[in-house]
Amino acid sequence: MLTITVNGQDRQFDGDPNTPLLWFVRDELGLTGTKFGCGAGLCGACTVHVDGVAVRGCMTTVSEASGKQITTIEGLSADGNHAVQKAWRELNVPQCGFCQAGQIMQAASLLTKNRAPSDAEIVEEMGGNICRCGCYQRIHAAVRLAAGGV
Amino acid sequence: MYHEFEKNIARRAETTNARALIENVSRRGFIGGVLKTSGVVLALQIIPGGAAGAYDAYPTGAAGMPRGVVNDPHAYVAIDADGIVTIVAHRSEMGTGAKTSLPMVVADEMEADWARVRVIQAPGDEPRYGNQDTDGSRSVRHFIQPMRECGAAMRSMLESAAAAKWGVDRSLCRAKQHHVVLLKKGKGDGEKIETETRLGFGELATAAMSQPVPPRDKLEFKKPEDFRYIGKGKTQIVDLHGITVGSAVYGADVRLPGMKYAVIARPPVVGGKIKTYDAAATLKVPGVEAVHEIEGSMPPAKFAPLGGVAIVARSTYAAMQGRDALTIEWENGPHAGYSTAAYRDEMSATAKKPGKVIRNQGDPDAAFSGAAEVFSGEYHQEHVAQAPMEPPVAIARITDGKIEVWAPAQSPYGAREDIAKALNVPIENVTVHVTLLGGGFGRKSKCDYMIEAVQLSKKLGGTPVLLQWTRDDDLRHAFYHTTSVERIEAALDKAGKVVGWRHRTVAPSILSTFAADSGYQFNIEYGMGFADMPFEIPNIRCENGQAFAHTRIGWFRSVSNIPRAFAVQSFVAELADKLGRDPKDLLIELIGSDRTIDPKAAGMPEDFWNYGEPYPQFPIDTARLKNVVEVAADKAGWGKKLPAKQGLGIAAHRSFVSYVAMVVHAEIDAGGIIRVPEVTAVIDCGFYINPERIRSQIEGAAVMGMSTALYSGITFKDGQVEQSNFNDFEVARMTNFPQKVTVHIIEPTSPSHYPTGVGEPGVPPFAPALCNAIFAATGKRLRSLPTGEKIDA
Repeated sequence: MLTITVNGQDRQFDGDPNTPLLWFVRDELGLTGTKFGCGAGLCGACTVHVDGVAVRGCMTTVSEASGKQITTIEGLSADGNHAVQKAWRELNVPQCGFCQAGQIMQAASLLTKNRAPSDAEIVEEMGGNICRCGCYQRIHAAVRLAAGGV
Repeated sequence: MYHEFEKNIARRAETTNARALIENVSRRGFIGGVLKTSGVVLALQIIPGGAAGAYDAYPTGAAGMPRGVVNDPHAYVAIDADGIVTIVAHRSEMGTGAKTSLPMVVADEMEADWARVRVIQAPGDEPRYGNQDTDGSRSVRHFIQPMRECGAAMRSMLESAAAAKWGVDRSLCRAKQHHVVLLKKGKGDGEKIETETRLGFGELATAAMSQPVPPRDKLEFKKPEDFRYIGKGKTQIVDLHGITVGSAVYGADVRLPGMKYAVIARPPVVGGKIKTYDAAATLKVPGVEAVHEIEGSMPPAKFAPLGGVAIVARSTYAAMQGRDALTIEWENGPHAGYSTAAYRDEMSATAKKPGKVIRNQGDPDAAFSGAAEVFSGEYHQEHVAQAPMEPPVAIARITDGKIEVWAPAQSPYGAREDIAKALNVPIENVTVHVTLLGGGFGRKSKCDYMIEAVQLSKKLGGTPVLLQWTRDDDLRHAFYHTTSVERIEAALDKAGKVVGWRHRTVAPSILSTFAADSGYQFNIEYGMGFADMPFEIPNIRCENGQAFAHTRIGWFRSVSNIPRAFAVQSFVAELADKLGRDPKDLLIELIGSDRTIDPKAAGMPEDFWNYGEPYPQFPIDTARLKNVVEVAADKAGWGKKLPAKQGLGIAAHRSFVSYVAMVVHAEIDAGGIIRVPEVTAVIDCGFYINPERIRSQIEGAAVMGMSTALYSGITFKDGQVEQSNFNDFEVARMTNFPQKVTVHIIEPTSPSHYPTGVGEPGVPPFAPALCNAIFAATGKRLRSLPTGEKIDA
């Protein structure tokens, strides 16, 4: 039996310890804000935080997450007003919106470790998150905007 | 658009029937309890009428769409006693903003306060809502009128209800920001002054809904200067908050009690069948509960599933593990020889020979035989998968013979029809609930994944099941954008003037997915930048050479316009270089005089397809095309000096009855990587309602254009797709995308500049503008998409 702390709550899991965190939060906990896009760490749609750092939920197993603090998009901010979320809304970033939870989690992780990222640092951090609608221009701008308010 | 493919409609849009057919409104299909209309639902129709209020009705292609349009407020609007106005979004939301833009039109016309409007998504029910096929960049262009009519009728009904309560004439009642205000006569002639007396929409709800729906010719429309939301670009998309906090519901996010999870192992070659399979190891995977065979199909089978073996489990992960453990031997069938390299050679050889004549103007044979010189270019594109970020997914449940589906569906009513047919049940027994779509791009017009989920639920005795496609499934089993060779030849006279134009297109047709494959394309594909080519050249011939499909051909955002714009607009720049001319000047010269092209005089086919729109209202207007070119050139500083290994390229294309030009600024970096620091885009889409979403669509189109130009290709070997995920089917990332896209929206200069398409027309000009820019930067001409991101320069 594994104990994983998700959005501040302890959760038990007695299934396959190699189950990716993505499927644990979606199918076991019903936290569907974290999205399945590729299953291979190539698109970033499933990005969550482990102890505050962005990881791919599809490439991180529940056993690796055991004993750690997991944050999903639902737990990023109690009122949904994290600086990154606000910046996303202010600049009307999303189109279809499917990848945006992953983008937001990646950006929030970046800004936690680097309050004032350069353009190159934003690109490096966000380069693993695909947006097929092509919102990159606004994502980039929103990360910059949020950097002032984290 | 698929109804058109399916029926191979070869006719011009109806121009005489001035208004789209308005269907009877019935209670059937009403979403129980969701829309709490306060009054009796009246099956009244707003009959097309003469000019009234601020604008005249005009015909659109909506008349030719299944079940046309509905404009009845009883179908679209509900008002709660507490004043909350609920407006139905009947088109699917896949990122274009349609779910916001159309209800916003209703709200504006009825004077509802957007802050007190709730938008709900309709299930697939076209008899009730009119056509719901969210495709072809049509939502605004077909529904702005019915939505305005709906809002204006609702406003009138609210005013009439207030008039009855106050015992005054309706002319003394004016709806304003969620209230109806009582007016009194002022001193001036006809002057009316607002009093303090007012009633909220909530207070009027029951009485308003009981009012008769006024006929269209009695409706008064708001004047453009009175719009609060239309044209302002200040209204955020309705799901914005939910998207940023993770509560927005996409296909896989619905949870039903007792729901199972499933994936399917499908035949690697289209038309393949299971020879044998062994599920012993699969059934030992913890969490796997059952394995079922799914019946397959051989094209042409429209959207019928490919078949295979379904693994049902108590979690998605267990189902995927179970599939990995499965051993299947396949019978590959007749398409096992499909190979990209050989097929390209075949297409190229075909393009060098005369084909079926689709358009003939003047005497091209004489022009070519008498030419001083013939200049030619050949352009190629590989297949592309739509690859929406949300792979196909559907949830199905069957209760007492009633089928329910939850899915990201571009065409929920079309899906209902197909599911009913596949399961052999009346359509009334099928409900399709529409979730948000995590991207569509044409993939989710095809309901194969929904049929799979329903078939599987049936095998499970109706148990709810979530059928998940993986990315691998999505890339290997798509309905692919066609692969193509486009060959263009220009006959030049001694002065270097183009006197003849010959364009041959060779590409497997979408029609092969719907009907026996003739190897030829059809009018819809011919209408996308081929037979409608707008240049003022005296002798023009467009020919189609045969190419038989060996996979399922579908449509991808902007469809055949991608290879056609790539070919035509690259060719113009190549020709300019040969003639020592400026590419933009030559483009303007070739488009020629200001005119509305007469399709008949231009030798276009009898069944010339104008995106389904009546030609007189939506003609090919060369002045508008030239205008977007000139504005783009001007805004981009065309002709400016750039450092070495940098260049500007230009391209313009009319598609979905809109006009778009792009200037791409390309730069080759020290590592030989093609980069795009800036794109200047200009769109003329006529009267527009949400400029903020238009900009976002064009920004996104540039990124998708970049993906298609540099990165994304699907190739086949031995009938099987060679790509499996975003490592080998690459798309643009933040590491290399058009850095700054500036979008200029042309203000309509005539009342006849009706709203036209936005979702798709931004894509086609990007690839040629980029390749023209790369040529300007390096002198190297790229003629095959995807080009790869590196260039030796």
